[in-house]
Amino acid sequence: MTKTIFNVKKLRADFPNLGVRIHGKPLVYLDNAATTFKPQAVIDAVTEHYASGTSNVHRGVHTLSQQATNAFERSRDKIRDFIRAEKSCEIIFTRGATEAINLVADSYGGAFLNKGDEIIISEMEHHSNIVPWQILCASKECVLKVAPFNDQGELIYEEFEKLLSPRTKLVAMVYVSNSLGTVNPVKDVIDAAHKKGAVILIDGAQTVSHLAVDVKALDCDFFAFSGHKVFGPSGIGVLYGKEKLLNRMPPYQCGGDMIASVTFEKTAYTVLPYKFEAGTPNVAGVIGLGAAMDYVRSVGLDNIAEYEHELLAYGTKALSSIDGLRLIGTAEHKASILSFVLPNIHPHDLGTLVDEEGIAIRTGHHCTQPVMKHFGVPATSRASLTFYNTKEEIDKLVKAILKAKEIFK
Amino acid sequence: MTYDSRTELYQQVIIEHNKKPRNCRKLDGATHTAEGYNPLCGDHLVVYLLIDKNNAISDISFEGDGCAISRASSSMMTAALKGKTVTEAKGLFQQFHKLITGELNPEKDKHTLGKLAVFSGIWHFPARVKCASLAWHTMNGAIEHKKSVSTE
Repeated sequence: MTKTIFNVKKLRADFPNLGVRIHGKPLVYLDNAATTFKPQAVIDAVTEHYASGTSNVHRGVHTLSQQATNAFERSRDKIRDFIRAEKSCEIIFTRGATEAINLVADSYGGAFLNKGDEIIISEMEHHSNIVPWQILCASKECVLKVAPFNDQGELIYEEFEKLLSPRTKLVAMVYVSNSLGTVNPVKDVIDAAHKKGAVILIDGAQTVSHLAVDVKALDCDFFAFSGHKVFGPSGIGVLYGKEKLLNRMPPYQCGGDMIASVTFEKTAYTVLPYKFEAGTPNVAGVIGLGAAMDYVRSVGLDNIAEYEHELLAYGTKALSSIDGLRLIGTAEHKASILSFVLPNIHPHDLGTLVDEEGIAIRTGHHCTQPVMKHFGVPATSRASLTFYNTKEEIDKLVKAILKAKEIFK
Repeated sequence: MTYDSRTELYQQVIIEHNKKPRNCRKLDGATHTAEGYNPLCGDHLVVYLLIDKNNAISDISFEGDGCAISRASSSMMTAALKGKTVTEAKGLFQQFHKLITGELNPEKDKHTLGKLAVFSGIWHFPARVKCASLAWHTMNGAIEHKKSVSTE
């Protein structure tokens, strides 16, 4: 592949939100794991739909409806290509990664898991990849098993393997941890799960903006992600599922657009992907996500990964130089997420103080309370970087932390 | 908002109470106890009260984890309420609540908040109001015989 020139300054100009000022200072946005900013191309696609293309999809015969349907389905194709799925019907639109996981827990879990079956997750899951399985386990009398991670925040693969048994029916694991940045060896996990006959769901919410994903090569059964974390609109997400599994699964929600025929005696469901898309979908969200896919492809995930790796190395060194600062999550394979704690300064106080300098970081438990428990901290501060961040912004964060330390001296 | 808001929030007295919180211990023989929890940020504390037969708070203490605002608020609350009657404590809670939500201006409105007025700047920081109020809600819950109090 020929390498394109990575011009951060030029790319930053694509994101109008980067231009805002906070407390009179230029915004330094380091909360990309919570949500990413949207390039103008995405904003334009959404605006255009509402300004001149508004129509429902899959309904009318009139021109606008046809155009909206075409744009909607083109987006599905773009997403298929983006994650290298085989077929567009394997791309199900949801509200986000959370709903995608809930769909699998409810539909697949409800239909195919039985008393005594085992589900394996990891200790570093986001609450959205813990709670649906807990609820499923409670209702179906299944057993939830948790694969631990070590003090660097790396999955202890041997411990995961030990949990696998003939009773393992489902494995759900995060690809990139939102609070630690750890990149899990998901290919090994997928293959090991398949050897035991289990299906596997990968939570890719933090993955698709950092790494190129090929669901066919991975051979995962389900893959979930959210649009807003990959420069697309909020309220739109994707569940990828293998066609043969999705076909066997019962619908998740019921209503319009997911039926073949309805009488008061019997309803026949329609084909994939519509079987799982009851009701009017988030048309503008889907079209915006399609534009985000185009945008990320134009920047190039290989370029993004390389640049972010450089930023991560720089940020790790810069933060480590601060006296007393402890990085939480020091895995060998990491995405550009830097979680840390400071002695005597609670993350919430730090968050407020750096905000005064125009710097946005996330503070709290990041919806991963078991991770906090592992490290014996109530919360962390987290700087999550993406390709539009710069080394200068990391320097500003370091300066702001040093200033906060002065106040709390 | 100007840069001054930061100094307004992290006043020296708050920093000092955070560093050396008063009455930060378990209170053996407490008559009223409640646990306070902010699920959003994970702040967690326990407030203990010893209320005598005249309905006066003869001792009060707290234990727990939290940010500087929540620790300082807990510490200053215990200092302010020791020796007060339950009715006075509830009255102070009401005033404090108005103070941190911006309804009471300590420079213009009548109040009996004393040192607690340092929290007046916090209404500029909506995300931090709950940090300052957790101890007070928990204290109020304890008086009303609630075992646990959540900010959500």
